[in-house]
Amino acid sequence: MSNSGRPLSPHLSIYRWPVTMTVSILHRVSGIALSAGLVVFAWWLLAASSGPGAWDQFSAFATSWIGQLMLIGWSAAFFFHLANGIRHIVWDFGYGFELPTANASAWFVLVLTVILTAAFWVLA
Amino acid sequence: MSSLRSPLAKVLGSGSAKDGTGHFWSQRVSAAGIALLGSWFVLTLLTTDLGDRNDLIAWVAAPQNSILLLLLSIALAWHSNLGVQVVIEDYVHGPFIKVVSLVLCKFAHFVAAAAAVFGILKIAFGGAA
Repeated sequence: MSNSGRPLSPHLSIYRWPVTMTVSILHRVSGIALSAGLVVFAWWLLAASSGPGAWDQFSAFATSWIGQLMLIGWSAAFFFHLANGIRHIVWDFGYGFELPTANASAWFVLVLTVILTAAFWVLA
Repeated sequence: MSSLRSPLAKVLGSGSAKDGTGHFWSQRVSAAGIALLGSWFVLTLLTTDLGDRNDLIAWVAAPQNSILLLLLSIALAWHSNLGVQVVIEDYVHGPFIKVVSLVLCKFAHFVAAAAAVFGILKIAFGGAA
């Protein structure tokens, strides 16, 4: 191993997990989570239209601690998927592929998600 | 000259999804719609208290809100279907189970969209007592 400085294959002990991969995986995970959230979105509208009984059932879920936790999760998933989706569309136009730019935009999306989610629940 | 198919026919039938760039483009267009409608929805949740059923019904019943909610529901279901379809195509490999999964995925999204649309229209037309 005298020729240090040359590229090496990834190896379990020397592999550094790139933030771009984390964000890429999170985009798919948040998308699946939001697909599940679509059911609750439909339930919300259907319960409101059905009557007080159906609404009380939905309301009980939405205000329970587990319901609140899921709503916070869905809001975070929404803000992440929105921010990273815009990042993807910028890529579709051919911009932002350089490694430093892609790393910076990945961190930007993560920080923005935390800020937007926190701001939403503080203001709501 | 190993094939009698025209270059156009090859292109039109190409790709593992067999629909060329249709899926890609549809996903981007629905994404743009959701970015606009979703931002409107989030801003509404911030500025309007919809926790009470009567307040929610009054808000949904306003025509501009009904229409935007309908568009949001359909765009969400459409975009979600496209996304879950890709996940199924990536991870479900058996030819039979793959087709079954894709059909169930489509059915489920149509049910979700129909339920949301029905709820909105019922409220919009004054059917929610």
